[in-house]
Amino acid sequence: MEGFDIANIVVSTIRNAPVLMFAALAGLFAERSGVVDIGLEGKILASAFVSAAVGYTTQNPWLGIAAGIAVSVALAMVQAFVSITQKGNQLVAGIAINIAMSGLTFVVAQYIFQQGGRTPDLGAARLASVTLPGAELVAGVPVLGWIWNSLLGGHSPLVYLAFILLPVVHWVVYHSRFGLRLRACGENPHAADAAGVSVERTRYLAMLVAGVLCSFSGAYLSIVQSGFFLRDMSAGAGYLALTALVFGNWRPLQTVLGCLMFGFFSAVQIQIEGVDLPVVGRIPGSLIQMIPYVVTVIVLAGLMAKSVAPKAVGKPFVKSR
Amino acid sequence: MQPAVEFRNISKAFGPVQANADVSFTIAKGSIHGVIGENGAGKSTLMSILYGYYHADSGQLLIDGQARNIRTSQEAIDLGIGMVHQHFMLVENMTVLDNVMLGAEGGFKLAAQRKDVENKLRDICTRYRLDVDPLATIHDLSVGAQQRVEILKQIYRSANILILDEPTAVLTAQETASLFEILRLFKDQGKTIILITHKLGEIMDITDQVTVMRAGRVAGAVTTSETSKEQLASMMVGRPIEGNLPRQPFNPGAPVLKVSNLQLQDASKVQLLADINLSVRAGEIVALAGVSGNGQSELMEILAGMRLPTSGQVELEGKALPYTGRSNADGLPSTFRQLGIGHVPEDRLRDGVIKDYSVMQNTVFGYESRVKNRWGLFDFDAIAKRCAHLLQAFDVRPNNPDLRIGLLSGGNQQKVVIAREVSAQPKLMLVGQPTRGVDIGTIEAIHTQLLRLRDEGVAILLVSTELEEVRALADRIVVMSGGRVTGELPIDEFDTTRIGLLMGGMHKS
Amino acid sequence: MKQMKTTELPRWATGIVLPLLNLLSALLVAALVIHLLGESPVESMKILVDSAVINPEGLGYTLFYASTFVFTGLAVSIAMKAGLFNIGAEGQMYFGGLGLTLAVLAFDASLSPWLMIPLAMLGAAVFGALWAFLPGYLQAKRGSHVVVTTIMFNFIAASLMNFIIVKYLLPEGEQNPASRVFAESAALPTLNTWFPFFGDTPLNIGFPIAIIALVIYGVVVSRSTWGYQLRATGLNQHAAHYAGVRISRMIIVAMLISGALAGLASVNSIMGSTHYLSLNFPAGAGFIGIAIALMGRQHPVGIFLSSVLFGALIQGGFDLSLEKPNIPVETFIFIQGLIILFCGAMENLYGPALLKLINATRKG
Repeated sequence: MEGFDIANIVVSTIRNAPVLMFAALAGLFAERSGVVDIGLEGKILASAFVSAAVGYTTQNPWLGIAAGIAVSVALAMVQAFVSITQKGNQLVAGIAINIAMSGLTFVVAQYIFQQGGRTPDLGAARLASVTLPGAELVAGVPVLGWIWNSLLGGHSPLVYLAFILLPVVHWVVYHSRFGLRLRACGENPHAADAAGVSVERTRYLAMLVAGVLCSFSGAYLSIVQSGFFLRDMSAGAGYLALTALVFGNWRPLQTVLGCLMFGFFSAVQIQIEGVDLPVVGRIPGSLIQMIPYVVTVIVLAGLMAKSVAPKAVGKPFVKSR
Repeated sequence: MQPAVEFRNISKAFGPVQANADVSFTIAKGSIHGVIGENGAGKSTLMSILYGYYHADSGQLLIDGQARNIRTSQEAIDLGIGMVHQHFMLVENMTVLDNVMLGAEGGFKLAAQRKDVENKLRDICTRYRLDVDPLATIHDLSVGAQQRVEILKQIYRSANILILDEPTAVLTAQETASLFEILRLFKDQGKTIILITHKLGEIMDITDQVTVMRAGRVAGAVTTSETSKEQLASMMVGRPIEGNLPRQPFNPGAPVLKVSNLQLQDASKVQLLADINLSVRAGEIVALAGVSGNGQSELMEILAGMRLPTSGQVELEGKALPYTGRSNADGLPSTFRQLGIGHVPEDRLRDGVIKDYSVMQNTVFGYESRVKNRWGLFDFDAIAKRCAHLLQAFDVRPNNPDLRIGLLSGGNQQKVVIAREVSAQPKLMLVGQPTRGVDIGTIEAIHTQLLRLRDEGVAILLVSTELEEVRALADRIVVMSGGRVTGELPIDEFDTTRIGLLMGGMHKS
Repeated sequence: MKQMKTTELPRWATGIVLPLLNLLSALLVAALVIHLLGESPVESMKILVDSAVINPEGLGYTLFYASTFVFTGLAVSIAMKAGLFNIGAEGQMYFGGLGLTLAVLAFDASLSPWLMIPLAMLGAAVFGALWAFLPGYLQAKRGSHVVVTTIMFNFIAASLMNFIIVKYLLPEGEQNPASRVFAESAALPTLNTWFPFFGDTPLNIGFPIAIIALVIYGVVVSRSTWGYQLRATGLNQHAAHYAGVRISRMIIVAMLISGALAGLASVNSIMGSTHYLSLNFPAGAGFIGIAIALMGRQHPVGIFLSSVLFGALIQGGFDLSLEKPNIPVETFIFIQGLIILFCGAMENLYGPALLKLINATRKG
């Protein structure tokens, strides 16, 4: 089909995926420990705003990211308190945070910047793309040049962070003491408790990690992708990330594949706009926007029966004798 | 020599319930000590205090002669106390190795310790004849093997005091014998074993000393060789136990239930039930005996309409039950009720009642269509009258129709369930573990009720893991093992050994 | 006889005192934020109460908004009774609005209001139910979590409706993305003809209709056999299956009714106010329904009071935002989130303290 730039789509996929990857890996930690994290969306929004705001004010994107981490972790701790200590309904807690952050980010952005609930453009205060060593040498070479400079190199540092996280997360979950305890708390918290593991402490830690990871998703949206914060800019990324988790059966590698799949659809989406397809002609922009959400429903409809969530997820742990 | 464990005036209350009241006794080192009592006697609470789950309100706990304040299970583990729970504390989708290492990983990186731990485990297995593969995944193991994993965990952590809570509830006779061999080995090594059970036969079999608990207090402490089952039983209950309950001479009517060639496979093609053939006549109690987990629960669910069989036929008074043409059992129990099948489920709280509903609301559970007016609204007057009558006739306490049923004791909840099912006047009554979690006084009442039903001509199919209950109620016994019927015998041929063998899978030759 | 210590909170404590304490906590946090925004919480409260309650016209608006919220609150409540968390009321209301609009556009010239209005209501309910059907069906038959699927359907509705309005409903030459204006026959009669007290407000018969809906809900849920089975499904699905309830069907029917109620919320919103279908007209009413269902504990009286409270917040909030630019209407989205948090997820926060207090006063 004419008009489709395959190379462009591949690179776009790699650049779209990190938003979901950070959030999905965050959700993985939370859910593997037994806590449902519907509040990813709210944490993404909050950190997106704070990263952009602090980044703009200090003209330093790294400070922005740090601030984003702090906010996301604070929210995660609120969620943890409600879910773990108060043993409240985790779904409700997550939705509450999402709604609260949708409102609060707008209000604070408006208060500080007076620009209709958005932050000013970061301009130059964004992260510089990483050029791999030897980029100029291979620039002219046909396939290799593209692979070295556009596929593997030339991305924002956060992109590399997202992909490096994959093996790190895998190792932590399956080969570290924390990971063993994490998984036990998610499958059979009573067993963990009887073995002397503090289920509460493990889950709090898991939420802490989730808060940190999730903040990068927000920072990526506002600092890397657009350069500013706009109200409700997460547009459902938190829920798409959860779907990637279901798709990936709560395993790091498969989950990341799910995120790449969504990234792919996003990339194709942009390319389809304005293109005359055979039979259906030109699809209007508003319908194209639907695609990721429809894909989510299809994934959930098809896979849910076979996808195995951590057994104890969503149930507050109550010592029972 | 100091006793391994000494309880001094231990008391613990949960709200208005005094679970332990002034409990004092000692457990000698290097002995097997039994703690018996009926449900609610306080033995589990006491052990939970020893293991650090609960804290006593008052009193002292001495380990090896030293007063200790055990605040967490980690502290208990550090003191050499290990506990094998009734419901296994194992993570099913992990290996034995991972389950043992959980909580005792020995470092941040697992890989460094894994080989070490694996070797240690193999060592322990040989020494104590535990026969477990450290690399096996838990859900692939049999129930007996899983229990051995639990024991393995405790030995790995150098437990000197091993508490076993109702360990034989899920074991066959052969597995029980193996377990007792292992326990004797421990005792020879100088370890102390506390056995919590309500099975008097086992107490007589393996323990050196017995402490009897009743209503939160110590009712007696005896040396096993100097006592008898009857003496223990009356100490447990506080009065001499009833002999046989009255029943009419056996005079069965026409067959009510006929099961032919019933098969059940689950989603992964595991055969849960194979070639089940049985029948129950009017005025007859047929007891399905067997260790739990051998297909009885699944069979009951199928007969109650809660689950579909893979193939086979079931007839009620000659008419086939409507299993065919369906992809699932959604809504089927309602049809079965209308056909005259009553069901007292095994898991009362999961299936039989809605614990947030009131007692009165639970008396119509499953029978709503019989108490509504033409607008689909409840006829509250009729319901209230019927409820008052039932609570009275079945002696439910407290006699308060508006109380949330979750607040009633297990025995009284069970009375409500039985009252409800009986009052619908079924032709066939399916009864699963009717006295599980029920105190002895109520057990007698329930047994009397079932016998009366039988005398009135109802066909009753009973599932029970308690042989005493089977002996007290059955006219005919059908033994199941591994999803099959391994033997059938009339009540006058009741023989514990023979039944035990059939339960263990030995077919009658 | 010695008084026994209570271990459980009495009904009045869990039904009234705790929800009030939770609400106050949410408002306290909100007050703190308002203070940080440089405004006085007390003054803001005064402006809000004046605008929403004291002023008769403002009260009219408050009750007008409440009429919409009652329906979204009922929608979320009835799904909750079945154990389903329907976040999709927003999308269901939006799509219901389409059903309503199609009925009106087809018949508003030829029918009298007596027929037009019920027909439009039917269209709204049917389309709302349709939008909830697929999430319900997927939950019942495939186990797909209704929370995520309904949220997705919210997003899908936004895109789809955008497409439909712009492509099919926008009259020639118009710029504002909306359908044409409805004829008089599709306007809900306003209440100020009988109650001039309310002045020039859109408060209409949608309000008494909402009350009727609350009564029907109350009777069906607590007194009918179907309602009994609905609640059993939500409390314990295993036991409900044992009792013979057709679980799949119950889940789907509960979602259909939930969607229908959300769809009906569009009736007051459109036919009582704008008289045309516009982009994003629900404006968050579906999410407010969640807060109402949680705060009102799915009880008809609780739902009513919570709906009025939120009506007041919206009405008062609007006037407040005009007077105090630092407190835009989005502040009330934040407050909504706080209320959901305190009333829905932390409902037992004050439970233990209250229990101690009750036992302490009993001893004396």
